[in-house]
Amino acid sequence: MTNKTEILKDLTNRKLNVTRAFSAPVEKVWRAWTEAEQLDKWWAPRPWKTITKTMDFTPGGFWLYCMAGPNGEKAWCRVDFHTIEAVKSFTATATFCDENGNVDKSFPAMHWDNRFQSAATGAEVVISISFDNDADLEKIVQMGFEQGFSMGLSNLDELLTEQA
Amino acid sequence: MRRDIFQAIADPTRRAILALLAIHAMTPNALAEHFNTSRQAVSKHIQILAECEAVTQKQNGREIYYHVNAHKMKEVDKWLDTFRKIWEDRFDQLDDVLKDL
Repeated sequence: MTNKTEILKDLTNRKLNVTRAFSAPVEKVWRAWTEAEQLDKWWAPRPWKTITKTMDFTPGGFWLYCMAGPNGEKAWCRVDFHTIEAVKSFTATATFCDENGNVDKSFPAMHWDNRFQSAATGAEVVISISFDNDADLEKIVQMGFEQGFSMGLSNLDELLTEQA
Repeated sequence: MRRDIFQAIADPTRRAILALLAIHAMTPNALAEHFNTSRQAVSKHIQILAECEAVTQKQNGREIYYHVNAHKMKEVDKWLDTFRKIWEDRFDQLDDVLKDL
């Protein structure tokens, strides 16, 4: 049985809240979210792959990685960590950048407030995603469309290959 | 200039206008009474909403009433579905990672 992903939109406050339960102890869920080796295994929706270049999970540190597509496309991203409370919560800012981590300011920044807690099933993660201003929300929404669309097409490619 | 539904919701005044119109159809004058800005500013927002197809207008006697275009507003939900799909796929993969941890 898979756990349900709940998404609450709060467009007025430019916020999206994502909640998901996991059938594993909170310590393991925390590791999967904060260790590069684990993140590389799940962060990018298939068939995209996450490839970590550097990871410094400390306040002020950052994770530099790329999402590699099935046709050789690469999107570099960095996540700057602000506050960390071990096995409980961390806040971070996600941006697009180049392979050296120079932030591309033409893309909006996305702020995360991720909370981890023990739950009946094992653990629950609540991700609160917020954006800086109205223009950002608009752009993020448009990016989401394009990203989602291309990912959807890639998934279709994979499906078709499997069936061939 | 290309207009889409996300430009409609990108501005707080336009979101407020949509929220008001969601309750019932209104004339531009009735709408303007809800805002401290000039009537001109409100009509500019209505014009953008119309260009985004977020609202439609209907003539009723001498008055023009604006309605929310529910069909178009669903595009926002479509985007959210995409967003949801990305996170769901991600989390399903995380389930697998957790099994092996």
